[in-house]
Amino acid sequence: MKSRLSRNPSRRGDVLFRWAAKGSGALILVLLVAIAAFLIVEAIPAFQGDKANFFTTLTWDPDQTQVFGIAALVFGSVLSSLIALVIGVPIAVGVALFISQYAPKVIARPLGYVIDLLAAVPSVVFGLWGLIWLVPNLIPLSQFLNRYFGWIPLFASTNQTYGKSMFAAGVVLAVMVLPIIAALCREVFIQTPSEHIEAAFALGATRWEMVRMAVLPYGRSGMISAIVLGFGRAVGETIAIALVLSASNVITIRILDPAGATIAANIANKFGDAGAMGRSALIASGLVLFAITLVVNFGARAIVRRGQKGAKA
Amino acid sequence: MSAMLDEPLTTTRLTRPRLPWTALLGTAVGAVAITALLFVLTPLQGYVGFILIAAVVYVIALTVLSAVVEGWRHAKDRLMTNVLLATVLFAVLALVGVLGYTILRGLARFDPDFFTHSMRSVAESDPDGGAYHAIIGTLEQVGIATAIAAPLGILVAIYLVEFSTGRLGRVVSFLVDVMTGLPSIVAGLFILALWIVLLGQSFSGFAGSLALIVLMLPTVIRSSEEMLKLVPDSLREASYALGVAKWITVVRVVLPTATAGIVTGVMLAISRVMGETAPVLLTVFGAQAINFNPFNGPQASLPLFVFNEAGQPNDTAIARAWAGALTLILVVLLLNLIARLVARFARVRA
Repeated sequence: MKSRLSRNPSRRGDVLFRWAAKGSGALILVLLVAIAAFLIVEAIPAFQGDKANFFTTLTWDPDQTQVFGIAALVFGSVLSSLIALVIGVPIAVGVALFISQYAPKVIARPLGYVIDLLAAVPSVVFGLWGLIWLVPNLIPLSQFLNRYFGWIPLFASTNQTYGKSMFAAGVVLAVMVLPIIAALCREVFIQTPSEHIEAAFALGATRWEMVRMAVLPYGRSGMISAIVLGFGRAVGETIAIALVLSASNVITIRILDPAGATIAANIANKFGDAGAMGRSALIASGLVLFAITLVVNFGARAIVRRGQKGAKA
Repeated sequence: MSAMLDEPLTTTRLTRPRLPWTALLGTAVGAVAITALLFVLTPLQGYVGFILIAAVVYVIALTVLSAVVEGWRHAKDRLMTNVLLATVLFAVLALVGVLGYTILRGLARFDPDFFTHSMRSVAESDPDGGAYHAIIGTLEQVGIATAIAAPLGILVAIYLVEFSTGRLGRVVSFLVDVMTGLPSIVAGLFILALWIVLLGQSFSGFAGSLALIVLMLPTVIRSSEEMLKLVPDSLREASYALGVAKWITVVRVVLPTATAGIVTGVMLAISRVMGETAPVLLTVFGAQAINFNPFNGPQASLPLFVFNEAGQPNDTAIARAWAGALTLILVVLLLNLIARLVARFARVRA
C-alpha cells in the first residue's frame, strides 16, 4: 500500500522490491506454461511423422521405420504404479497409524525420522539395490507364486524365466512410494480432533475400534489424496525402473514375466541412441507423462478440497 | 438407602479377565517351538523363513488365545496392533536393508583411488577408474543450480507471504503445488526441448543445472513460505510502526528471523536434487573424462555415473557403481541430518 506519509528514498526501494517479488511470482507462471509449450513444440514433429497411431501402437521404432506408439508404455507405467500401490499403501497406512496412534512419543519421533530417511534415498540407489539384491532374491517367491497361483493370469509365466519383471519393479516402487504416503497420512491422522478420539475411548472402545471410528473416517479424503500423490510419484519414476525392468514393448498382465515398459524408463533407455525423430518421439511420450501427472495432481487436490468442504459442513 | 449392600445388584461382570504379560511370553515361546518342530519335519529351511513363520504362528496363536480369554473385540485389537507393528518392521527393515547392503557392497571400492581418478581411458572391465569427474560434475551442477534457485525461490516465497493479494498469488501458489508433482524426467525433457534442441546449445553441466533449478524451486518455495509465515506479525508491525520501509523490514527483520528454517529448506532441496539421475541424463549426457567447465561440453554426474556403471555386465563396473552409490547416500543423508539439526536447534524465536 502506498503511504502518503513517507516520502523518503526507501519508497523507491519499496517499489523496486515489490516489482522484483511480483516478477519472480510471475516467472513461476511463465515457467509452467513454458514447460507445456516447449514440450508440445518439440513433440509435434513426432505426432506428424508417426506412420501409425501414436496412442495404440505397441512398437517403438521412430528412427528406422517411423512406427512408434505409447500403448505399451502407458499400460506399463500404470500397471507398475498399481502394483506399487497394492503393496505399499497398506504398509504405509499401517506405519502412519502406528506412529500417530500407537507408538509412545519416545519411539514415534525416531520412527518418523526413519521414514523421512527412506524418502531421502536417491532413486538410483534403489534401482541398484533392486537390480543386485531384490531381483535374485525375488525369484524363489516368483516361482512359488507361479507354482501355486499360476492359474490366475496375473501370476502365469510365459517361459518360466524369472528375474527382472514388473513384479520386481512394483516392489521397488512400493518401497520408494511408502515414505511419501506414510508421511502424508501421518500428518492427516495427527489432525484427528482429540474430542473424537476421547469420545471413542469414553464409550469403551479398544484402540483399534477407536482408530476405525474416529481416525480413519476423519482422514479418509487425506488418505485418498496421499494415495493419489503416491501414484503420481510412481508413474514418473525413471531410473529405478530402467534398472529393474527388462524392457520389451508388450502389453501383458503377467507381472512375473521379464516384459513390459514404462514411459519414463523408455525415455531413459532409448535416449542415448535416439536420432532427431527419436528424440521428438521421446519428448512426445514425456508430454503424455506430464499430462498424466497433471491429471493425477489435480485429482488429488480436488479430493482434498471436497473432503475439507465435507468436514466443515 | 442408608444400608450398605452385602451383595452386588446383578451377577454380570462388567470386566473380563485380561491376558497377563506372561501369557504373551508363553505364546511366543510356543510359537518358536512349533516352528522349530515344523522345520524339523518338513523340508522348509532358512532363518528368514523361520522368523517369518514363527511370527505368523505367534500372531495367530495370540489372537485365538485372546479371543478365548478376553473376548473377540480385544482379540481383534491385539491382532491389529500386531499387524501394524509388522508394517513398521517392514518399513524399518527396508531402510536398513537398502542402506546396509549399500554400505556392505560400497566399501569394496571406497578407496582414495576411487575419489581421485576418472574413467578416462579406463575400460569397463578394468578394476581401476573412479568417480572424480562425476563428483566434480555433480558439485558444479548442484552448486550453480542452488546459486540460482535459492534466491529465486526465497523471492517467490516473499512474494507469496508479503505481497500477494488476489489472483496472481493464488495462481502462483497453485502452480507451485503442481510443480512439486512434476516428474524429474519431464523437467529434463523440458530443458532438452528448450535449451538443447530449440536453442541449439550443447549438452553441458549448465543445462543440467537448469533442469535441477526447475526441480529445486517448488521445494525451496514451499519450505521458505512456511518459515516466513511462522514469523510473528508483531515483529513486522513493530518495524512498520517505527517508520521502516517494507523492503527494509523484510530484509532486515523477517528474513533474519526465518533464516534457520530457510537454510533447512534449501539444504533439503539440495539433498533431493543431488540424487536426481533422469534430468541429468537428458541434459548433461555424461562423460568419461574430467570436464571442469560446466558451460561447455558434456560433464559427468555422480548419480548418472552410478546408473551407467550399474547397467554394465562387468563386476568391476558394478563395484564402482556401489562405491558411487555409497558416496551419494552418505552425502545426501549427511545433508538431511544437518538440515534437521539446524531446524531443531535454531527455530524461530519470537
